Amino acid sequence: MNETAGGIDAPEETSGTVKKFMFVNRKAPYGTVYALEGLEVVLISAAFDQDVSMVFIDDGVYELVKGQNTKAIDVKNFSPIYRALEGYDIEKLYVDDESLKARGLTTERLLVPVEVLNSAQIGELMDQQDVVISF
Amino acid sequence: MLHIVNKSPFERNALESCLRFCRNGSAILLIEDGVYAVTRGNAAEPKVRQAMSHMKVYALRPDLEARGMYEAMIDGVTLVDYGGFVDLVAEHKAVQSWL
Repeated sequence: MNETAGGIDAPEETSGTVKKFMFVNRKAPYGTVYALEGLEVVLISAAFDQDVSMVFIDDGVYELVKGQNTKAIDVKNFSPIYRALEGYDIEKLYVDDESLKARGLTTERLLVPVEVLNSAQIGELMDQQDVVISF
Repeated sequence: MLHIVNKSPFERNALESCLRFCRNGSAILLIEDGVYAVTRGNAAEPKVRQAMSHMKVYALRPDLEARGMYEAMIDGVTLVDYGGFVDLVAEHKAVQSWL
């Protein structure tokens, strides 16, 4: 079938490919700009209909803590965006159990439902990705 | 002397170094990501509690609030606002920031 009218003739196998993207979040919010920048890249990736997951390790678990109120430091509170991720079909949120425990946190203290995994499980997931992007 | 720590105890050893060098009677002020050190159940809590027995520990309230950690603060820490931060700097002869 050579009926393509337009000039763009992308090969079928690449145009429809969905890759597995994992975003690794390891920084606390506000102290540095990594957490917010990472979140913005995640939202961009969502626009490309990829298989996106986010994992929160080390101080990255602090990004998800409930009750953030940045009024007094005069910085945008971006924590509500994590609640909106579901609407962008980003539903795979993984949290490292050890990182939570070292910080005296439990999942009840977090903004969104997450899957708590141990380091071996997170390592295994990482291994299955096509692309891993770290913040 | 006033010691200021602005890094998370998990990310850098700033707090550890501060506690190693600061002398009895000093004041320690935790700001920015440093405030995670005075939240309940975090791994640095025992060290902070020990320091509190012979030093005054302060934390910047706006930074605790921003991080959703105001309610989780351990007892015995004195909260300050930005005005209190300035007062602490003015009250002490020297300030060491453990960047």
